[in-house]
Amino acid sequence: MFGPLIVKPIKSKGDKTGAWRIKLRPKFLQKNCSGCRMCISICPEGCVQGKDKNTFICDYNYCKGCGLCALVCPKGDIIMTEEEAEGEKK
Amino acid sequence: MEDRALFKPGHTACAGCGQAIAAHLVIEAAGSNTIVVNNTGCLEVFSTRYPETAWGVPWIHSLFENAAAVASGVEAALIYLGKKDTTNVIAQAGDGGTADIGLQALSGMFERGHDVLYVCYTNEAYMNTGVQRSSLTPFAANTATTPTGIKSRGNITLQKPMPEIALAHGIPYVATCSAGFTPDLQRKVKKAISIKGPKYIQIHVPCPLGWRHEPGQTLEVAKLAVETGLYPLIEYENGVLVSRKTITPKPVEEYLKVQGRFRHLLDNPEAVKQIQEIAENNIKKYDLRSKEPKDN
Amino acid sequence: MKEFLEGSRAVAEAIRLCKPGVISAYPITPQTHIVEELAQMVADGELNAQFVNVESEHSAASVVLGAVATGVRAFTATSSQGLLYMAEVIFNIAGMRLPLVLTCANRAISAPINIWNDQQDSVSLRDAGWIQLYAENNQEVVDLHLIGYRLSEDKSIMLPVMVCMDGFILTHGMEPVDIPEQEKLDKFLPAYRPLYKLDPAEPLTMGLLADPDYYLETRFAIQETLKEALSFIPKISKEFYGVFGRDYKDCLIEEYFAKDAEKVIVAMGSVCGTIKEVVDELRKKGKKVGLLKIISYRPFPYAKVYEALKNVPLVAVLDKAVSLGAYAPLAIEIKATFFGKKKSPKVVSSFVAGLGGRDITLDSIKEIFRKLSQKEVNQEFIDLKPELLREEYGG
Repeated sequence: MFGPLIVKPIKSKGDKTGAWRIKLRPKFLQKNCSGCRMCISICPEGCVQGKDKNTFICDYNYCKGCGLCALVCPKGDIIMTEEEAEGEKK
Repeated sequence: MEDRALFKPGHTACAGCGQAIAAHLVIEAAGSNTIVVNNTGCLEVFSTRYPETAWGVPWIHSLFENAAAVASGVEAALIYLGKKDTTNVIAQAGDGGTADIGLQALSGMFERGHDVLYVCYTNEAYMNTGVQRSSLTPFAANTATTPTGIKSRGNITLQKPMPEIALAHGIPYVATCSAGFTPDLQRKVKKAISIKGPKYIQIHVPCPLGWRHEPGQTLEVAKLAVETGLYPLIEYENGVLVSRKTITPKPVEEYLKVQGRFRHLLDNPEAVKQIQEIAENNIKKYDLRSKEPKDN
Repeated sequence: MKEFLEGSRAVAEAIRLCKPGVISAYPITPQTHIVEELAQMVADGELNAQFVNVESEHSAASVVLGAVATGVRAFTATSSQGLLYMAEVIFNIAGMRLPLVLTCANRAISAPINIWNDQQDSVSLRDAGWIQLYAENNQEVVDLHLIGYRLSEDKSIMLPVMVCMDGFILTHGMEPVDIPEQEKLDKFLPAYRPLYKLDPAEPLTMGLLADPDYYLETRFAIQETLKEALSFIPKISKEFYGVFGRDYKDCLIEEYFAKDAEKVIVAMGSVCGTIKEVVDELRKKGKKVGLLKIISYRPFPYAKVYEALKNVPLVAVLDKAVSLGAYAPLAIEIKATFFGKKKSPKVVSSFVAGLGGRDITLDSIKEIFRKLSQKEVNQEFIDLKPELLREEYGG
């Protein structure tokens, strides 16, 4: 008999840490993006995804709103905006 | 850059955690053919709470102080199986798990020459248990066990020189990195992985909770540590200094004033002077002062 | 093939047959010869294993933990202080459900420092979730290691096994021992096929944090597995008999003239050999005495002990360890076996002997049989020297 022991990554979806956001969320303007991928690199959560220029977006289910992506974007193409109201949150 | 599936979102690190940034960059630089051995600490706790795991690579946690020894066993097993050449082994721990309780196992792993990359994420205290002082806590920092008070202005000791201790073991690669300099971090991890033998990489990772700054300031704080000379970015191969990040040194006040753990020093010019001396010593020792008008 | 060799050498031969891929140990008397023999075998190319000379026992246990987690059979050995130093890892290995065989060359625990035999070290870790098997002689030492790997690696068990052999008495004693042939061993013990392992081809996470919502079940699972082991160990013993021709019956206990005895001593380890000699001598004189040897201390075979002793009026338990502040560790199990049961010995007397290597002689055993009477003895230390005791300290 075995109790809780080992976890396979495929089975784990993680906690919905997007619920931690209080005031701000990043808005990916997708206008002047150069495709440098610094936002992906810096995100502590790993919730930014994208391939080519102007395709980058974060998964708001996991984003904690730290603001580092907005800080690091060399083109200023990410801005921190007010968190949307309860009903509008994804 | 590798897929983020190697360190997935949904872990419970604080917002803006420097260690979370560094940890995903390390595993992405190392790639999917990597086995990770982790000590107890923030990284282990926030990334593997049953039934969730953030790790897309094989990963094991045993105890607080034995990642280096468990990794030695993993490496020995891989050699026995004839798989060592195609599999990387990374042992990772915090500063307490490396320089204090884990030092014995680490020294043994270095001395025996295991082909393992050891990564020390230093947030300069025992953060997971509540910000207690470790031997890598900097001079005058306010921690839960070196609190400031009428009779104390924080931690009274200087940091244990872990990179030098690693060097003294004669291992082929020793480097310091910072969460504020991410391409440098990835380059060094890739470099280390390509070398056979024991490697030591120490990554400076700001902790918004323990250092008391905003989550959005993590990068700024990490950069200032390097730019003041307090945390030199150096790289040694076979005992020879092969690279260092040169700086136009900023005064240490700029670094101290953005962190709550040093706020008590702002009206203590004597302590600030001592810290400036530490920076000056580093700058002199590694010749950090940029010869160009701008940084490298 | 029968050879006359030192107990430590016998262990090394047994391990060589089992072909571990990683061996890691730290020297401590009286385990040293075991690992030295293995080191020589590796150096001579007789054993293909990675031999990791670690800087402490804690690391030795950690190295073998890492090796087994990576899917490779491993081995380590230790004693006394070393076992206590790695105690944290011992609990860890069982909790992580990793198979392993560890030889404990039983030795007393400091302070005061003492390198001679008693069973305090392994007994002190009885709660860790390991299977603990105690050997009476060096043949049993060999056989219990082979059984140990077969048991440990079975997918229904996946728990580590500690083979306990009395330090110096067995480790440094020379006896004729039958060392099996490799072909026979290979029939009994297949190569280790891990249930789970660290492998980039199939990533998984081991050693997660289990909060109050999850921890309890892990412990229950080990408890249930150890209960199941009480049925499984006899099965393996039968398999062993089929291949090697040596019959350990259920391999949980051994009854030596206990069935019709009026007085039985219960004990573990090499002292059972001494007790058997006294039983033989007294039986010749018409005394109805016997021995109940405990082989499996964990899981404790309560049902078997009950059946063996339920009709024996007087039982003495000889402990080679002491649980300071309470009943002796083996005595308490025997007492617990009978509490509330319909049939039970009239008396279960507790004797402590042999601590720190104090010799247990034929006369000591006879003294225990003599002292075993209707008046229950509540933990008497055999061969105690009162002249070494004083009420106050100083001067």
